[in-house]
Amino acid sequence: MKNILAIYRRELSSNFVSPIAYVVIGVFLVIVGLVFYFGIFTQLITKVMQYKMQAQQSGQGGDIDMPFLLIQQLMGFAATISLFMVPMLTMGSYAEERKRGTMEMLMTSPITELQIVLGKFLSGLTLYGLLVLPTLAYHLYIAKFSDPSFPWRIMWSAYLGIMLLGAVLIALGLFISSLTENQIIAGVVTFAVSLLLWLVNMFAADTSTTIGKALEYMSVIRHYEDFTRGIIDTTSLVFYVSLTLLGLFLTWQSLNSMRWRRA
Amino acid sequence: MIEVEHLTKSYGRGNAVSDISFKVNKGEIVGFLGPNGAGKTTTMRIITGYLPATSGAARVAGFDVAEQSMEVRKRIGYLPEVPPLYPEMSVRDYLEFIARIKGVATADIASRSAYAMEATALTDRAEDLIKRLSRGYKQRVGIAQAIVHDPAVVILDEPTNGLDPNQIIEVRNLINQLAGEHTIILSTHILKEVEETCQRVVIINKGQIVAEDTPQNLSKQRAGSERTHLLIKGEAEAVKTMLTAIEGVSNVEASEKEGLLDVMVENPAGRDLRSQIAARVISGGFELYELRSESLSLEDVFRQLTT
Repeated sequence: MKNILAIYRRELSSNFVSPIAYVVIGVFLVIVGLVFYFGIFTQLITKVMQYKMQAQQSGQGGDIDMPFLLIQQLMGFAATISLFMVPMLTMGSYAEERKRGTMEMLMTSPITELQIVLGKFLSGLTLYGLLVLPTLAYHLYIAKFSDPSFPWRIMWSAYLGIMLLGAVLIALGLFISSLTENQIIAGVVTFAVSLLLWLVNMFAADTSTTIGKALEYMSVIRHYEDFTRGIIDTTSLVFYVSLTLLGLFLTWQSLNSMRWRRA
Repeated sequence: MIEVEHLTKSYGRGNAVSDISFKVNKGEIVGFLGPNGAGKTTTMRIITGYLPATSGAARVAGFDVAEQSMEVRKRIGYLPEVPPLYPEMSVRDYLEFIARIKGVATADIASRSAYAMEATALTDRAEDLIKRLSRGYKQRVGIAQAIVHDPAVVILDEPTNGLDPNQIIEVRNLINQLAGEHTIILSTHILKEVEETCQRVVIINKGQIVAEDTPQNLSKQRAGSERTHLLIKGEAEAVKTMLTAIEGVSNVEASEKEGLLDVMVENPAGRDLRSQIAARVISGGFELYELRSESLSLEDVFRQLTT
């Protein structure tokens, strides 16, 4: 535990000494902020106005659950942007250690490979949490004007979803980073593989077949959509947790094999 | 302290190291000497547990490097060829991090890193970021991280690589200071380094040990003969005849050099003929400008063994 903590702390503080963390978090928040205001908020209000007018004219139609729509759209967008950001957070993690020769130091220290893997993963997840956390401000803003009362449960479910999604992407990114000394390659490949997991359901032309169903199930975004609707499905939980564990396991194996690969 | 037995490491084709055996006693400084690519780094990486051996065994303080890797790692301080540094950290933070993962008790971390900085003369630069340090200082940080946990064994891979002459002397002095408390293996391809710091030399070439002894013994044993150089004013043939007549002289060569004769007198090792040569030159009426004996340097031994 002490070793995991040592790796975790070094990793996290390194991110904040270098500008990477600030730039990535800053860019993320600016984009989400702009999209929230101009894309989601303004457009939704326009739509609601139109809807209300139509309803008045035809004399029918009910209320629209604005807070719900805002949460869903905001969180959906935040997840999409994090797809672009996570590779930048993870790409250097192992690649840089290998390039600098610090990997050799870690691997000749009395700590296990698993401790290195966990320390780095937890640090990545913390950083990701710090990236996502400030978006809570938008929800608080919405909640202030929300009538009927703001659906907090749905919001928390969406945040659970985005953290689980992040855990998968980080575990995957760290694994890919452990395969190369070049962090640009690690970043690009991580992005490509994440995108593939994102869009894999597109390949499912017919979701009634077994393959179609499997492809549908493999899509990381499909499961996420459930969370943004306030549905915490065990299948989705299992899906995310097992993908994360798989990523961590592969990274662990990759570190173990480093000793044997080195020529 | 370190026992290496029949160690072999093969990659794809050929062996990086084949059937190497040697021992290092407690408190000794042993130099690994060999041309680039001879297998020095590979051997060190096996001892530190970074690389698994193909066959054979290595033990540090009685622990097998493969079977009891964690025990070995606790007892080893290792400076790889490129110092393993985190440029964005300060020297102090870096050393404290290393101390932590090397298993130093939390209460001792601050004092151990202070000691390591003291020993490597880094105390003034404790708060500096590593990326702002010069090459020489970075190397010192590299050595500091190898001793911060007070390991029984210190392994230094080319510790003076890339340093300027002043820095080399500093690092050499530092290594000499560490001697006694720690058992040290260092690798180098600079012979002077071995002569000045090591009690014992292991010469490796093409993955095999070709010689192992003290630097002094190596120079002596390999030299089949002793040579004396003279600078004399006189006629070549006369000088040669006169010197060859001395008992025990096996060969005399003379050549013209800036109006003087450069004479080389060779005799079997173990006999010192310098005073006899001097007496003969003077009594023969020649002017003697210089006389010096030349023993085979470690450099010559090294070249003999590795080419």
